[in-house]
Amino acid sequence: MNQYQLIKLAKRVGLYALIAVVMVYAIFPFYYAVITSLKPSSELFRVDFWLSSLDFTNYVQIFTQKSFVRAIVNSIVVSLSVVFIALLLGITASYALGRVRFRGRTTVMLVILGVSMFPQVAVLSGLFEVIRSLNLYNNPGGLILSYTIFTLPFTVWVLTTFMRQLPMELEEAAIMDGATPWVTITKVFLPLMWPAMATTGLLAFIAAWNEFLFALTFTLTDSQRTVPVAIALISGGSQHELPWGPIMAASVTVTVPLVVLVMIFQRRIVSGLTAGAVKG
Amino acid sequence: MASVTLEKINKVFGSTHIIKDVDLSVGEGEFVVFVGPSGCGKSTLLRLIAGLESISGGELRIGEQVVNDLPPRERGVGMVFQSYALYPHMTVYENMAFGLKLAKTAKETIDERVMATARILQLEELLHRKPKELSGGQRQRVAMGRAMAREPRILLFDEPLSNLDASLRVQMRNEIARLHHRLGSTMVYVTHDQVEAMTLADKIVVLRDGRVEQVGSPHTLYQQPATKFVAGFIGSPTMNFMPAELMEGSASGCQVRAPGLGELALPQSGDDQRPGAGLTLGVRPEHLRLAEAEGNNSFEIVNVEYLGNEVYVYLEPKAGDTLLIHRSEAPSRWKVGQRVALVPELEHVHLFDGNDKALALAKQSQAA
Ligand SMILES: Nc1ncnc2c1ncn2[C@@H]1O[C@H](COP(=O)(O)OP(=O)(O)O)[C@@H](O)[C@H]1O
Ligand SMILES: [Mg+2]
Repeated sequence: MNQYQLIKLAKRVGLYALIAVVMVYAIFPFYYAVITSLKPSSELFRVDFWLSSLDFTNYVQIFTQKSFVRAIVNSIVVSLSVVFIALLLGITASYALGRVRFRGRTTVMLVILGVSMFPQVAVLSGLFEVIRSLNLYNNPGGLILSYTIFTLPFTVWVLTTFMRQLPMELEEAAIMDGATPWVTITKVFLPLMWPAMATTGLLAFIAAWNEFLFALTFTLTDSQRTVPVAIALISGGSQHELPWGPIMAASVTVTVPLVVLVMIFQRRIVSGLTAGAVKG
Repeated sequence: MASVTLEKINKVFGSTHIIKDVDLSVGEGEFVVFVGPSGCGKSTLLRLIAGLESISGGELRIGEQVVNDLPPRERGVGMVFQSYALYPHMTVYENMAFGLKLAKTAKETIDERVMATARILQLEELLHRKPKELSGGQRQRVAMGRAMAREPRILLFDEPLSNLDASLRVQMRNEIARLHHRLGSTMVYVTHDQVEAMTLADKIVVLRDGRVEQVGSPHTLYQQPATKFVAGFIGSPTMNFMPAELMEGSASGCQVRAPGLGELALPQSGDDQRPGAGLTLGVRPEHLRLAEAEGNNSFEIVNVEYLGNEVYVYLEPKAGDTLLIHRSEAPSRWKVGQRVALVPELEHVHLFDGNDKALALAKQSQAA
């Protein structure tokens, strides 16, 4: 083995070592959550990195709690509604912003971008007033409204960028074929925009699914809560006991769907996110 | 099938005036080609007819109907785009059926029309493919099929062949010409390629800076260009231009002097020109003869191009820096570096006045 090969080998080993570090760093917390959720509470504070036995009592415990199941249903309803509304508005807005020439288009785009830069806390009290006056307090509708506000700017930006790249002549061909703007959007553009829609839709879903601050502020009763709040409010037998096992079980339960979704859509996400970067 | 009439058509984008007072009539079943350099407004004019741009002024009629304010779908026009713009997610069949479906045509009629169009364009085998599985020429045919399937009154083409390679372009050019003979439909075709214009058109419209420079048959444009611009644009290789001075002009002919060529008696009427006026003499490469240099009539050969069937001889001009071109059948005895005399065929020489307008032929020589 000569020196050149040695250096090459060393580089290779170094690369894999680095990958291993990153993997452990990224995955270990989740892995530990899974392990913890599968341990009986008696073993909770013994640190070990492998499971000696499977114990599902934590899962049984959370799924027999009506409020937790209810929270999952609420989360699904809220997240899916946010995705649906954001995509519907996003597509139509991106058509206007990407395709229709009108005065002040750039200004509108910049305002949209600006809005998305406010921290949630800054608008919390204002939004609270809006939601109260719309009679949406302690109602999933209030959450859908507030999440959509924060999701739309991103959705509109990504979709507008994507829509601008579709050739102008494609739209004109549709016009010559007698298509109205709505037909052009739904029959011609939509089928071509799936990668972008999958990306933005999934990110909107994740954001809505994980959101905590608004969910805590705008809901009051167990029956209206979403999962992140429900998990935070899981309480133990006494004031001094934190029920780590059930909390971990609940966290794993609500994370798995996201992981599965991301896996399914990962190709699309990449092609959607890089759509603007490289010309196909 | 229908005629198209443009009356004082204008188009203004913001503050730029792109199309200026265009008058034109396209007869039923006629093949009209808009030709001109890039940026002269050909596409814009076509898009005004299609309805993709709004008309700023003037009147556009299709058949007897004024269509200024009608949307494209109600004008009965079909358009073939430069990039084809096929719907990528639809099959060839769906691409062609899309317009018919939107027009709420009955299913059997759609099927009938699409199949008939596919037969004409030899697309039957390809009906279930997606555009990305087609070659350039096939995509081109699908684009035409999509425009034709709705049986428009007028077919519009915007540089449809410019994305194809040279040999395929010649082939598709032929197919379009044959299609026109077979269907007999009214077609308006935009190109910047004068060869396409010459080979396809019944009538050529030469555009320059948004104005019509000349309208006429390919023959007329080649034989009697109305301006120096048209003379230089039509024909390949391009016409040779030389400065000339009017010695004496009358209704029956004129005498001009060009550097190198000496004094020439030409059949153009020099009636309305002052003696001494600066003219431009134009002569096509095939209307020049080369002879042994004599006296002042001596031009240096700077390059000789051999094309197999013909030979182009490039000569150093006396004025300006555009090389003069002589064209003859191969073989040729001329060599680079030789000095030769230029002898134009007088009956094929064009004269242009100071405003680049062609001088008309004198009365009796026109009769001859
Ligand atoms: N939508 C538009 N807005 C502003 N200017 C335009 C527009 N479309 C075309 N133009 C201008 O009009 C002129 C003619 O364009 P076009 O008709 O496309 O020329 P061509 O003869 O090459 O097809 C060009 O200078 C172009 O910049
Ligand atoms: Mg053009």
